[in-house]
Parts: sequence; structure tokens; C-alpha cells
Amino acid sequence: MRSPVIAAIAALLTLVLVLPASLRAETAEELLAALAADGFNEKIAAVERIAASGDDRLVPALDALLAGDLYVRKDDNVPVIGKAQGSTVVLRDALSGSEIGQAPAAELEKIRINNRLRGIARGAIGGLTLFSADPAKRRTAAKAVFAAPQEGLYEVLQRAIERETDADIRSQLEMALAADRLALAAEPAERVAAVAMLAKFATPDIRNLLGSVAQKDADPAVRTAAVDALVDIEKRLALWASVGAVFQGISLGSVLLLAAVGLAITFGVMGVINMAHGELVMLGAYTTFVVQEVFRTRFPGAFDHSLTVAVPLAFLVSGLFGIAIERGIIRHLYGRPLETLLATWGISLILQQMVRSIFGPTNREVGAPSWMSGAFEIAGGLVLTYNRIVIVIFSLAVLAAIAIVMRKTAFGLRMRAVTQNRQMAASMGIRTGRIDALTFGLGSGIAGVAGVALSQIDNVSPNLGQSYIIDSFLVVVFGGVGNLWGTLLGALSLGIVNKFLEPYAGAVLGKIFVLIAVILFIQKRPRGLFALKGRAVEV
Amino acid sequence: MAFGRAPLIATLLGDTGGQILLALLITAAVLVPVLNLAVPPASAFHVPTYVVSLTGKYLCFAMLALSLDLVWGFCGILSLGHGAFFALGGYAMGMHLMREIGDRGVYGNAELPDFMVFLNWKELPWYWHGFDNFAFALLMVMLVPGLLAFVFGWLAFRSRVTGVYLSIITQAMTFALMLAFFRNDMGFGGNNGMTDFKDVLGFNLQAPATRSALFALTGLLLAAAYVVCRGIVGSRLGRVLLAVRDAESRTRFLGYRVEHYKLFVFTVSGVLAGIAGALYVPQVGIINPSEFSPATSIEVVVWAAVGGRGTLYGAVLGGILVNFGKSYFTGALPEAWLYVLGFLFIAVTLFLPKGIVGLIPGLIHRRRTALRKKQAAASPLAVARPHTGEVR
Repeated sequence: MRSPVIAAIAALLTLVLVLPASLRAETAEELLAALAADGFNEKIAAVERIAASGDDRLVPALDALLAGDLYVRKDDNVPVIGKAQGSTVVLRDALSGSEIGQAPAAELEKIRINNRLRGIARGAIGGLTLFSADPAKRRTAAKAVFAAPQEGLYEVLQRAIERETDADIRSQLEMALAADRLALAAEPAERVAAVAMLAKFATPDIRNLLGSVAQKDADPAVRTAAVDALVDIEKRLALWASVGAVFQGISLGSVLLLAAVGLAITFGVMGVINMAHGELVMLGAYTTFVVQEVFRTRFPGAFDHSLTVAVPLAFLVSGLFGIAIERGIIRHLYGRPLETLLATWGISLILQQMVRSIFGPTNREVGAPSWMSGAFEIAGGLVLTYNRIVIVIFSLAVLAAIAIVMRKTAFGLRMRAVTQNRQMAASMGIRTGRIDALTFGLGSGIAGVAGVALSQIDNVSPNLGQSYIIDSFLVVVFGGVGNLWGTLLGALSLGIVNKFLEPYAGAVLGKIFVLIAVILFIQKRPRGLFALKGRAVEV
Repeated sequence: MAFGRAPLIATLLGDTGGQILLALLITAAVLVPVLNLAVPPASAFHVPTYVVSLTGKYLCFAMLALSLDLVWGFCGILSLGHGAFFALGGYAMGMHLMREIGDRGVYGNAELPDFMVFLNWKELPWYWHGFDNFAFALLMVMLVPGLLAFVFGWLAFRSRVTGVYLSIITQAMTFALMLAFFRNDMGFGGNNGMTDFKDVLGFNLQAPATRSALFALTGLLLAAAYVVCRGIVGSRLGRVLLAVRDAESRTRFLGYRVEHYKLFVFTVSGVLAGIAGALYVPQVGIINPSEFSPATSIEVVVWAAVGGRGTLYGAVLGGILVNFGKSYFTGALPEAWLYVLGFLFIAVTLFLPKGIVGLIPGLIHRRRTALRKKQAAASPLAVARPHTGEVR
């Protein structure tokens, strides 16, 4: 137990040590020992000294303090990190982290902590990690300081800004510095300058911070500055929000595009209503699941390549199913679209139940490869996830591939010939039956590929297809049958309109509005955005 | 638009299948309640109350299939959203039954239904007013689905949305309604829908007598609906409908306002579906948004197709048979039901385009030719007579 005299000396030392950190005299061991002080005020002083030292070896000790795992050994008064196991405690050195044996709980005393100390310790951890070699840690630290400014971090922050090489982290640090000044600077002029600095960045966090400053700050000049900055930030945030809505709309649109583009071939080009299209998408998703299971058990190291394998395999699986459906059933129903609709609905029920019998009714876990997980943040709190971006690019690539197949290959030429004039194509020697089967197989295969992409963002369950079938038909009908550009435009505009409505109407109501809008639009243009003109329409 | 000069009686007289159906329906409407109420439970002829309700449910579905066959079989409009009209009629009836619960709900609130108390609503929304009155509810049962069918049909037929496009937007319509009714703030009970009904017009819904009465009513109304539909398709208007089904542009070029005919028959069909829904709710005891799901509506199409499209009585038969099969399979082999339903869809479209009733003329024909052969074998003179059966 220490005497009050030593505690008073420690308090005095605190005053000295708020001076620039370069003047520090204490070693890490001394700083650590100061944490064992009795009173909360003394402990707070110790933490502040640690923060000012910039020595990040002390971070584990502070973490342990926050977690309630920091103990004092009664015999030598040295703080250690401990994990209680029954009546004994496993001890680790607070600085090196190495195990130093066990001790009975009775020989240790837990260093107690209160809310004020907790807040300051968090800020101190933030300050200490500002100099970490890991950029991610520095970024987190800057955010932590921004969220909870601490006494004594001003100089640390300034040094950190000077040494920072990463532009993004530097602006995070500047924000943290401004927040620090705003909370702690005594001069109103300094606070006004901090507001001006913060106003350069428009994020929701800064808006909240300035919002509280605009109400609570003691000085009217600071309050006015904060209000002005807020107006400006609100404007920029609104702009970013609409940019975000556009991106989300494009993302949703690309999902719709993927689900609908296969349909644009079977329905748009061949005129076959395939209600089992959604189930072919589902088969693609389950193919992904099976491929990933194989990778997990056989080649766990190559898991990142599982999707590369799944895409062609899903194309094959769904494509073969499609060819079987066409040859087995649809072939007999050409010219009877409503009957085709009913028969393919029957197929969809059978496929659903089949998958349910094999894989069970519950959702199946499909993992994301490492290159697709994660996100990056653009200004204004706008976060783009990699998997969404990959899907947008992927859907456009699929569309481009289809366009090339249809325009540039011999198969595409025959396909267009058959759909335009079957008899004439047949008399030119094209085997129309084979082309029908292959075209349907192509459309179905694309559905399978869509399933691989959807498995990354949606639940893989037997009902996966059901949730997309109505949307994809609407996209094709809205865009105009027989036109790939119409499908692209239809998908993107439905996606964007949906996402723009969501903030005002909510997700469900927004979707209802879109459905009603499409129903009304079809009244106006019964053949979609890009209708085929002329006599071909009246077939 | 009158029914034309052909008297209804004459139309009905020429319709053997319909006569059999009407006879069966009226017999069932009388016999089943008697067997349920008057015959003691120990007797082999006793019909348990749950069977009465179950059969009543089948009859409601049959009525829904009938209303679909009216537009699909006779006017070529394949509606994939008929479940929406059915559900709206059901909701209108459900709202009345909710009001009849009064203060006997879990929360004992006489002003508000239980689910509104649960959601902290303070007063009854405006569109619930009037549903205390049974007559008003009955009016709404017909008016709401009828109005939706009218507005939707007016928009769609006027701009000549036909065929597959129409099917897809009817599906979108019922899908949008389903999403809307799933929302709690719509004031229709959200995804739980409405249930826990106590009585209708003061009669306890759980009592066998009420159940039997509802069954008889359903049977008789189904018979009446059949007569109305038969009247429509047998009239001159019905001829125009057939012409629209088979050659829409040609009919228009002949000077008929095709969209008016379609609108009329679509609205009638919507009202019939609504009535079927209103009869369904008190017998089943629940109405929830899943009735709006596109899958339910598309199933109705298969009922009509299995029975026989374009015959009316075939649709009734299909509605009863398929739902009986569904009850059986979902009880005995739940895994198999979707397979059965799927194969039904495929088999009917590929092999049985006229449905089950389409088989009957073939059977009769085979019987007759067999008979004739027998006669021919008996009297050698008849062999020379030309065979008339196949000439068209």
C-alpha cells in the first residue's frame, strides 16, 4: 500500500508530464506501476501520462484495465494481466504479454475502474495506437480519438499528423485534432477554427458532433459557426446520400439484370414463358454451394477460386436442365404461350421440391472468397461493399458476352434467323429444333450463372427462385421483349427508382409503388420501352 | 348488355354436365346437413362436422375455379391474380366477423379489434366503419373485388394488353396486394391476418348447425353462380366472348367493342371470386395475406385446367378434386404434394388439354363404337353403312 505522500507526488508529476512528451522521463515500467494507485484521480492521472508518453507497449495493459483483467500483485505492487480460472489466476506480464505463472486469487487485487477512467483509458488507447505501424490500427485509433477527445492528446495528434504518410488517415487525424480542440480548447477563436476545419469533411459523425456543439457551446460565435457549417454539411451529405442511392439502385438493378437477362433470351427472343427460370437460378446457387463444399473438404487452400469454378459449372448444370426441359416439354407447346406458362410452373414446383428433398428446406451457407469481402468508404459515410461492385461488373460482362454471342457468332446468326422466320431458316438448312434447344440452354445457363452471383448476396434456399421470378418478368416486359438493351435499361431504372423511393416510403411500400408504376406503364406502352414495331407485333 | 334472346332455361337444358352438377350440388346442400345434424354420430351415415367444413371449403375453391374458367375458358383472359379478388372478398367478410367479436377479444376492447389494440392504435381507421353492419359487409364483399376488377380491366383492356402480358401484370397486381396486406400499418392485421372469429349474425361459428348452414349456403350459391355463368356464356354476349377468345382482332374489325365485353366478364368474374372468398372465411376461420400470393392464384388455374377448361362444370369438378387431392397428400405424404401438383400442371397441358371432362366424350364414343361393332357383327347388312362418327 502506498502512502498518500507518494500519491501527491504522482499528482504533481502529472502536472509536469502534460508538457510535451519529448520531455518524458518515466519508463514504461514506471508508467505501468502508476496504474496501481489507490484513488481514481491518481489512476486517471497515470492513464493520461501513459497517453502522453506515446509508448504503445502499454496498450495491452490499458485493454486489460478496460476488460477488468488488470490485477496488482500484493507482494510487489506490480500490475499484471490475469485471467481467473476458478480460485487461481493465470498471469501474464503486462508489457511483454508472456506468461508468468499462476497465483491464488487472494494474492491479487483487481484494479478497479469507473466510467470516467474507462472513457479516458479508451482515448489513451486511441492516442497510443496513433503511431502503430499498421495503417488499419492508426485509422481505428484516429476514429477513437475523434469519438472521445482526451486531455493531453493535442501534441500527440500534431506529431501523428506530421508523421502520417497516408492521405486518408491524415484527414482522419485532422478531424480528430479538430474534435479535440472543439472539446478542450479554452479560446473561442480556437474552437471556431476547429469548426471551420471540421466543415471541410462531411460525414454523419461530424454532423452529429457539430449538432451538439451548435446547442451546447458556451460561446455564441462558436454556435453560429457550427450552425453555418451544419447547413453546408447537410447539403453535401444529401448529395452523397443520393449518390449512394444511385449506387444501390445500380446494384439492385444489376441483380435484376442478372436474373432477367436469361429470361430476355428465352422469353424475349424465343417467346417462351419459362416460369421455372427462377428455379434454374436457384440450381446455379446450389451448384455454388456444392462446389464450395468440395473446395472446403478437398482443397481448403484454393477456396478463393471456388467461384471461378462455380460459374462455368453452374452454366452447364442449369443449361443442361434447360435443354432437357425444352426437349421434353416446351417443344410440344410452341405457339401456345399460356400452356407453356402452366407447364413450366409445374416444372418449377418439381425442381423446388427436388432441391428441398436433397438439400433440406433451410438456408445453405455459401461463403464469399476473400477478394469479394470487405468494403471501402467514399466521403460522406458512403460505403461500397466489394461484392456489390463485383456483381455490377459481372452482370455487365454477362450482358456483353450475350450480345457478342448473338451478334458475332454463327450460332447467334442461326438463332436470330430461326426466331425471325422459322420456315425460311429451316429451308436454308438450319436445324431449327437444335437451335431452339441450344437457345433455351443458353438462356437457362445464364440463369445458372446469375445464381452464382445471387448466392453471394441472398439466402440460398429452395425459395430463392420464387423471389426473383416476378421481378425478372417485369424487367423484361418493361424493357421491351426481344431487346437486350431494353432489359439493361429496364433493370437499371427499376433498381434505381426502387432505391430512391425507399427512404420516403420504406422498402415494402417502395416496392409496391414500383409494381403499380410498371402496371400503369404497361397500359401506356403495352410492348415495353423498346417495342418491336410493325407487323411482327401482331403475331 | 342483355343475355340475348336465347332463354336461360333452353341454355341449361342443352347442358348435360351442368344438369348433373346442379343436381349433385343441390342434393349435397340438402343431404350433408341432414346427415350431419339428424343422423346420430354412431351411425355409419353420419357426416362429422369437420368433413362438412372441409367440403364447404372445397366448394368455395370450386367457385373460384368457376370464376376463373369464365374469363379464361370463354374469353381467353388467363388471370394469374384471381386469388386477389378471392382474398379481398374474404377480407371484407373477415372485417365484419372481427367487428362481431366485439368485446370478447383477448383485450376485451369493444371499440378495436385485438390486433389494433396490440399495435397501440387509438381509434378505428375510417375504412373499417360500416363493417359492423352485415348488409354493408356483404355489399363490400362484392363491391371491392368488383371495383378492382373493373378498374384493372378497364386500364388493361382499353390499352389492349393481352395474352402473356396480361397474365404477368395480373400476377404483379396480386403480388403488390400481398406485400401491402403484409404491412402492419395497413390496418388489416399484417401477416397474421384475421382470426378468432366468434359468430356470424349471432350464430356460433363453431356450432355444427352453423357449419351445416354455411355448407348448404355455399352449395346453393355455387349452383346459382353456375347458372349465372352458364347464362352469360350461352347468351349472344357469350358468343362474342368466344369470338374474342378465338380471334380478337377479327372480332374488333367486325365492329364489336372487344374491351367492353372483356371488361364485363372480367368484373363479373371478380365479383364471383369475391363471393367465394367471403364464404371461405367463416368456414375456415382465418384470412391472411398468403391468400394473395401469386403461387395460390396460379394454382387456381390448374384446378380449372385439370377439370376441363371452357366447360364451367369441369372447373367446379377440378376445384373439388385437386383440393381433395391436396388435403390427402399434404396429410399422408407431405413431401410428395408439390411433385404431384407439378406433374399435374405438366400432364394436363401436354396430354389433357380438355381436362378430365374432356375424357368423357371419348369414353362415350368408344362405348358407342364398341356397341355398334357388336350390332354390326350381329346383322351383316349394317357393315356397308358409312361410319359417321369421325366425319367433320
